[in-house]
Amino acid sequence: MTIQFNDETFRDDYSYHNSPAAIRRFPFPFDKDDYMYAVNMEPHGSGRAGSPFENRFDVDEHYVAEMRDREITLKEDPLRCQSLPHMELAGWDLLELIMEAKSEDYPELFSLHRDGDRWHWINRPLGIDHKFTFLDPTTLPYGPMEYITRQAQGDFAVLDQRDGNLWMEAGMVTSQADWSLDFDIGMNFFEWHAPVPLAHEMGIFQRALKFLLAIQQDAPSRRLNWTMTVNPRLDTSPENYHKWGPEKRTLTPENTGEKQYLRVELQTFFRLPRSNGLAFPIRCYLISLQDLVTVPKWGRRLHRVIRDLPDELAEYKGFTVNRPLIVEYLSRFDDGKPTSPGIFPDE
Amino acid sequence: MSAQMLRVTEIEALSPLVKRFRFEHPGGKKLPLFSGGAHVVVEMPDGDLLRRNAYSLISDPQDGSGYEIAVRREDGGRGGSRFMHSNVGQGDTLRISTPLNLFSLDARARKHVLIAGGIGITPIIAQMRQLLRMQDRFEIHYAARLRSEAAGLRLLPRLPHIHSHISDEGDRMDLGAILDRQPIGTHVYTCGPEGLITAVAQCAARLGWPRGSLHSEVFLAPPPGRAFEVTLAKSGRTVTVGPHQSLLEALEEAQVEIDWSCRGGACGRCETDVVSCHGRIEHNDHWLSEDEHSSQTKIMPCVSRFRGRELIIDR
Repeated sequence: MTIQFNDETFRDDYSYHNSPAAIRRFPFPFDKDDYMYAVNMEPHGSGRAGSPFENRFDVDEHYVAEMRDREITLKEDPLRCQSLPHMELAGWDLLELIMEAKSEDYPELFSLHRDGDRWHWINRPLGIDHKFTFLDPTTLPYGPMEYITRQAQGDFAVLDQRDGNLWMEAGMVTSQADWSLDFDIGMNFFEWHAPVPLAHEMGIFQRALKFLLAIQQDAPSRRLNWTMTVNPRLDTSPENYHKWGPEKRTLTPENTGEKQYLRVELQTFFRLPRSNGLAFPIRCYLISLQDLVTVPKWGRRLHRVIRDLPDELAEYKGFTVNRPLIVEYLSRFDDGKPTSPGIFPDE
Repeated sequence: MSAQMLRVTEIEALSPLVKRFRFEHPGGKKLPLFSGGAHVVVEMPDGDLLRRNAYSLISDPQDGSGYEIAVRREDGGRGGSRFMHSNVGQGDTLRISTPLNLFSLDARARKHVLIAGGIGITPIIAQMRQLLRMQDRFEIHYAARLRSEAAGLRLLPRLPHIHSHISDEGDRMDLGAILDRQPIGTHVYTCGPEGLITAVAQCAARLGWPRGSLHSEVFLAPPPGRAFEVTLAKSGRTVTVGPHQSLLEALEEAQVEIDWSCRGGACGRCETDVVSCHGRIEHNDHWLSEDEHSSQTKIMPCVSRFRGRELIIDR
């Protein structure tokens, strides 16, 4: 498989785009015509061929451009990447996990040669060829977590597990849906989820935590989450709200299909072997409504989901102001026909 | 519960009662690494019975070439350890689960003090190997009654910060002396009989240790008791739990689908809601809260039992 990497931007002129193949493989998050929270976990790592669930870490046409965007964000705000001192071993675990997975799943793009602790890593798309000593941070230009997550799409939260809870104590977060690592660092599972409406009352977090604490090695899990973003911007952080918040007001009936994006997070969970920590990669996928409706099932279903969503959820996800425009636009692609079960397009 | 068939490649007597077993992948495949304190569940097909026992890993967590456990023969036990001692030979294959750690080191600690009593040394051995590799600061205190029974002596290197206390030789472990004057930021890990864990907790409390700095693991085998009956709400069936059987094992025998992991009352996987209870649940787990215990609305089938007229569970 050869991937043609896009030359594109996630800011300023927003030249981000999806090829027809990328549209077809988009991780559409709704398996039915309505939406409510659920602990919707499923096993991860060997999903449908060609889908973003096929491999442990999906690499797609946006890889190189996303890594370039991460570099810009980090240069402006180094606190997007933090690791408390006791999280270094978990960082090495994550580095090993990603290097192993990528070199096995994409051998033409990545290779890893190991001779004891002497490792040789080649990342062809980014032009990296590096020899280093495993567990010796002085042989890497950054800490192990930062080093590898500058080469992996999506955000990464690295969680310590102790006292029957999970603690967010390391992370690389530059493509987030309006949350802040700098604010959340050191918090436990209940603390960082405190702002989420309705789910606490539903007991969702108690159940989810029990599930996550018991995740075993070699048995990763995943779930999908979603929101709406105006313009294909990865860095929708609270720190930069002044840059992207006002863009919500630029939506008009004429430009909704082009400027309004469905933002989907593929959240995965991996037990880390040496540290007993938990890696929580959060991979962001963006698709414009005009591209999304080229799959008729998705156009119909997204219209119904957004139209019928509880107000609290639209408010929390931050698109109350544009909801009428979005529903109006999508209604044109909903002929009222029934939709098939599951998330994938009809053949 | 993911697991794979592994071959027994070494058996060694560490003491008259304790044997070390080494398992490797029959095809030479690397096994998943783990963290110090992790255990595996070993499946033992014993006639019509499928026994499943959890054992701490004692091998180097960084070494994926094999897993090692140390098994103490419990002649008064339910038979799993006797099976390992008498029926398992080199070259046999057994199903071994992926490691799971419910007793991991706290990476924030400035220093680790590891306290073991008897066969409780096993998880501490792997923790020690991890600490040596990470060049972290630690000390070990290992207590045993008799030198001849102290299997751990064969597994511990001779280092100035590794101490053995053989009570029969007049060297009793002095918890007060161990816990006093440790530097701030030290964490303590205790594995052994319940009495040792309680003694460490009490001593630490007296010396003003923060509770969050204390960690422990009791190796809990399902305690035997009187036979009892349980009714399953979903099917209406009634299952009888034998005196030497756990409720979890009785459910498995009755083909009831139930998730599990540690089988020792610590991981929470098999937690089950109680629909109705006329009698007293004998809670033996470390998972449910005191309120949950006293309200009798939940039960951990892996270790807990029942006495009374009727127990209906949500299975």
